[in-house]
Amino acid sequence: MSEFVQLLVNGLVTGSIIAVSAVGLTFMFGILGVVNFAYGDYLTFGAYAAFVANVTLGWPIAFAALFGMAATAALGLGIEFVLWAPMRRRRAGTVSLFIISIGLALVLRDVILLIWGADGRRYNVDVFQVYDFGILRLSASQLATIAIATPAIISVGLMLSRSRLGKAMRALADDRSLAAVSGIDVDRIAKATWIVASALAGLSGLLIGLVQASFDPTTGSTLLLPIFAAVILGGVGSAYGALVGGLALGVAMELSTWDAIFGGLDPVYKPVVAFAALIVVLLIRPQGVFGKARVL
Amino acid sequence: MSQFLNAAFWTFVGIEAGIYTIFALGLQIQFGVTGLLNFGHAAFMAIAAYTMAILVVKVEMPLWQASLLAIGAAMLFGLLIGLPTLRLRADYLAITTIAFAEIVRYIALNESALTGGPQGTIALAGGNQIAFYNSSWQSFQGAIQDPVARLFPGELGHDPNFTMLLIIWAVALVLLAVAHHAVRSPWGRVLRSIREDEDAAAALGKNAFSYKLQALVVGAGLGAIAGLFYAFQFSFFSPPDFAPLTTFFAFVIVIIGGVGRIWAVPIGSVIFGIIFAGTRFFTFPPFSWLASADRAYVRLIVIGLILIGLMAFRPQGLLGKKEELTI
Repeated sequence: MSEFVQLLVNGLVTGSIIAVSAVGLTFMFGILGVVNFAYGDYLTFGAYAAFVANVTLGWPIAFAALFGMAATAALGLGIEFVLWAPMRRRRAGTVSLFIISIGLALVLRDVILLIWGADGRRYNVDVFQVYDFGILRLSASQLATIAIATPAIISVGLMLSRSRLGKAMRALADDRSLAAVSGIDVDRIAKATWIVASALAGLSGLLIGLVQASFDPTTGSTLLLPIFAAVILGGVGSAYGALVGGLALGVAMELSTWDAIFGGLDPVYKPVVAFAALIVVLLIRPQGVFGKARVL
Repeated sequence: MSQFLNAAFWTFVGIEAGIYTIFALGLQIQFGVTGLLNFGHAAFMAIAAYTMAILVVKVEMPLWQASLLAIGAAMLFGLLIGLPTLRLRADYLAITTIAFAEIVRYIALNESALTGGPQGTIALAGGNQIAFYNSSWQSFQGAIQDPVARLFPGELGHDPNFTMLLIIWAVALVLLAVAHHAVRSPWGRVLRSIREDEDAAAALGKNAFSYKLQALVVGAGLGAIAGLFYAFQFSFFSPPDFAPLTTFFAFVIVIIGGVGRIWAVPIGSVIFGIIFAGTRFFTFPPFSWLASADRAYVRLIVIGLILIGLMAFRPQGLLGKKEELTI
């Protein structure tokens, strides 16, 4: 039982990171129609930006998180200006944008490698500090992740449901042409979307670096397919779906190693659980578990 | 700079370009001609190379028999992933195929008893034994070496890599010629019509799904042949060789050359090979300020920028026709 609770909580911690990043990816996918294969590298960039604040400048981790979010948001907005907005004006198709995002992923990852090298890095936190809650043991990083991810998830939820911007974003995700004819400024919402989605990527990059105790230039891209899996599980374009999809996937990945389920999978296969979930959902219910049925 | 004029070095670049030609030809048929966004192409290479190596080392099967079975295994895998996934829209197909390919790579990485794990095929025999699957190929290559040395006197003709270069490009040219005719045949016209408008092709009574499946399986076979040559050339391989980056390179080649054009593939491969090897000659500032390992990163940045630039300014590639481009 104790093992089950421990795996469940570990899964919720990993899942909340996937959830936060999946919300960003689903915005790009649903609102902008960009299948952004460089998104994993946005995460990595956020992890390194926060590293600069935390280790090089010696800031506390909470401020480093804000710095990482701001830096990644600036990066995302910059790329929107030089790359995505011009491509939108040329009416580039989904496949063109997809292939461009792969070129962008190569550029980002190798610029990061060029600046910071291939070695793993750590934040200035005590990774060996563990708190004992009876049947449950949580590391300081896991607690920090819960403390940071929860308000982030709540504020995104509030932004989407209450603010004008959130409503406009949801309208765009629902039906882009309909939103445009009803007077929503698509270009302005696109820029806001890149800022929000990139900031969420930056935050997730820091969190994954914390929870894994160390990170390197491939950390973000390794997480890319599980994030896509969460997006598709929740239904493309649905932020709430992406949240639930991310949490469900995190729990499923951890519980797959539980001895009680057919002896448990070797933990190295945790990502494969996400890949398999991705394939199965796309084949059986491509609109996602929570998505509305529509033609895909 | 001396390396710039070194025949042995350019022979090696030519071998890589030849392997990539066969590999990217498979993708050209799937993506360029038929419009299937297959992002798991490296998996076909991996399955063929591993099947061949495992059969030779563990089952002690003759190399030729193992190679034929390996190509069959990769095509069967193509058939199995195609059956459920080819109904999906382009971007979803891409995500599904990359997920399948990553599962293959994870299995190769972690099932050490079967594949040698992270150490690669050198650990196939288990224990401390060094496994080697390549002796039949090397004796075959040795047999061709003599006539080649007579035809090309001097240092070049005695370089085993030069013999390999001739073998690979001979195979590549035959495959290109066959593909050229196949794409111009009625079969190829149906594939192109599916890329342009699947519903229209179906309305004319063509079983679009079956044709897409055929394109995927044929492409898988070509990827498999490239995987075998890769294994023969390097005598050793490991799971990272089949990472998604390998598939991305094939896309870069297809897009440099021209989407949908068969003879664009060797041109794209040679240009790609020169770009890839050419960063070695970045010995002038600002690149000379970088350590040589860092120049490898610059090479990938350059390739990424070329991919972005081509998609933005010349999406039809060097040889492609703009009218034929529906992406």
